[in-house]
Amino acid sequence: MTALNDANLADLLFPDASGHFGQFGGRFVPEALMAALDELDAAFRASKTDPVFIAELADLQKNYTGRPSPITVATRFSQHAGGATILLKREDLNHTGSHKINNVLGQALLTQRMGKKRVIAETGAGQHGVATATAAALLGLECVVYMGEEDTKRQALNVARMRLLGAEVVPVTIGSRTLKDAINEAMRDWVANVDTTHYLLGTVAGPAPFPEMVRDFHRIIGDESRIEMLERFGQLPDAVVACVGGGSNAIGIFTAFLGDENVRLFGFEAGGDGVETGRHAATISGGAVGVLHGTRSFVLQDEDGQTVESHSISAGLDYPGVGPEHAFLSEIGRAEYRPVTDTEAMNALKLLCETEGIIPAIETAHALHGAIQVGRELGEGALILVNCSGRGDKDVETAARWFAMNGEKA
Amino acid sequence: MSLIHEVFAKAKNENRAALIGYLPAGFPTAAGAVECITAMVEGGVDIVEIGLPYTDPVMDGPTIQAAVDIALAGGTKISTVLDTVRQISALGVPTLVMSYWNPIERFGVEKFAADFKSVGGAGVIAADLTPEEAGPWIAATDSQDVDRVFLVALSSTDARIAKVADITSGFVYAGAVMGVTGARSSVSDQVRGLVDRTKAHTDLPVAVGLGVSTPEQAHEIAQYADGVIVGSAFVNAINAGGADAARELAKSLASGLARV
Repeated sequence: MTALNDANLADLLFPDASGHFGQFGGRFVPEALMAALDELDAAFRASKTDPVFIAELADLQKNYTGRPSPITVATRFSQHAGGATILLKREDLNHTGSHKINNVLGQALLTQRMGKKRVIAETGAGQHGVATATAAALLGLECVVYMGEEDTKRQALNVARMRLLGAEVVPVTIGSRTLKDAINEAMRDWVANVDTTHYLLGTVAGPAPFPEMVRDFHRIIGDESRIEMLERFGQLPDAVVACVGGGSNAIGIFTAFLGDENVRLFGFEAGGDGVETGRHAATISGGAVGVLHGTRSFVLQDEDGQTVESHSISAGLDYPGVGPEHAFLSEIGRAEYRPVTDTEAMNALKLLCETEGIIPAIETAHALHGAIQVGRELGEGALILVNCSGRGDKDVETAARWFAMNGEKA
Repeated sequence: MSLIHEVFAKAKNENRAALIGYLPAGFPTAAGAVECITAMVEGGVDIVEIGLPYTDPVMDGPTIQAAVDIALAGGTKISTVLDTVRQISALGVPTLVMSYWNPIERFGVEKFAADFKSVGGAGVIAADLTPEEAGPWIAATDSQDVDRVFLVALSSTDARIAKVADITSGFVYAGAVMGVTGARSSVSDQVRGLVDRTKAHTDLPVAVGLGVSTPEQAHEIAQYADGVIVGSAFVNAINAGGADAARELAKSLASGLARV
């Protein structure tokens, strides 16, 4: 592992003034959006030291989301992890069923402060869309969610939830009809309506300040975990594990531990049918440095710089890009990123259901497989903290179909 | 004086604005694009913008998205784009490429500038490259003597306009709408203000595009801007009537460029 001195620790925690994490990040957007990004950046920086904003957000986190989320010791699940003990940070217990609400509440409050009345969002699995629709209902904002047509089919429950919450869901019928194309459509809407509209981006990607801002709204996951680890377990975990699509839940739990040299950080990407097949969404494992959706990071692309369509059973990880801070953490060796196939993830999902009585999201199941893998590597006595980022209600149909197809009872 | 500046100077002498026409390479086919652009030039287009088809064109509306999809599905590569530039430049018309940034970065920033120059290209517009990220691109285009066009928007502050104008060469591209490409029914009153604000910071020609599709709009813009940029309307024309329709549209747009 890379030794961290004070100077590069500072680099880890803050992008530079122009939003770069090393060679990654920055802003690659039409000029028309620069004013809005500057406005957002100013509102975000002002909010960080504004006691009223901080109190409002803290109140919502406690009394609306239900934070802090507990840590569950997964005793029976751990029996499959080579003697390691697996701990679950239960973001699935948050209101709306995933970590996504953390970022959404922060950005929705910023939207109010900027005097904007309308929010737009992209969504893959629908978790970010549901969270955005929820916050919009709570704060009285108009809400439009762009969702790839393919994803509206595999996540029909979440489409119904968003509509029930009063949001307009727009199925995107261009390109691969998944998250990437939903982001394209949201950006087109934003550039046309930027005076009245905030683009409530759901992951740690996009142009600066989004990667930094979304991280800061999610870092409560790791901050809470670190305190509880010390108080309840008397030590820090040996490893922290999360799934990575864009990477918001992972950066949320990693950030508090970046300076703890002895805590290893692992991100598990969607390996789809296997990285070697080309049908995957493992951007760091199988992509190359490039620019997509306003930021420089790793991108699944061909030799002409055309984005290659990603593939994953998990709609929430089915994205050909990844947050720039993850690209940076990978490059400097502070965090390690590995692919998990659809099959491995689904087996881990089933195992958690049967051993712990917790139905996780398919996204989260990638991290659960990773936890077993890391547990077997670290062995007896290792303490592994997993971000249990979302619940799996939305995935029940997909899981039933998967296990029936594979000749097993769901 | 660059070829682009010569054309703007000639138009100015003729007391009119220059007409800049856009079409993606590979649309409707590689050869079809050359045929259609040639027709556009015959009809009166002074400067050509060749689109480099990209999978994620966030600045483009449905018309150009559909054209780009056809181009990509037809196997259009960067090599196709460069070959198109070679053929159109040979007509003696200044030829630019309009691209998103990632294909250029992936191809290699210096290599792209060099290869583009070698096929006779005049300038490049990178729609999502901000001045803040443009360092390597400025160096590469300087060394190859390729013009690099940046955009200003209705939302740009005077400070940003100054920053953009400072690193731009060829002409400044003023976006006429807050939004994506595609035909609009009218041109905002604010556009003239944007052109005036830009001219306060630079002696470069200023051309107006995004949403411009009719001779009436071209005429209105020609009264205060140095160039009028039309894209989606050419795609629509070609969809309806091929190269002949593109030639007719160019003629009709060119008829409205005189200053009165």
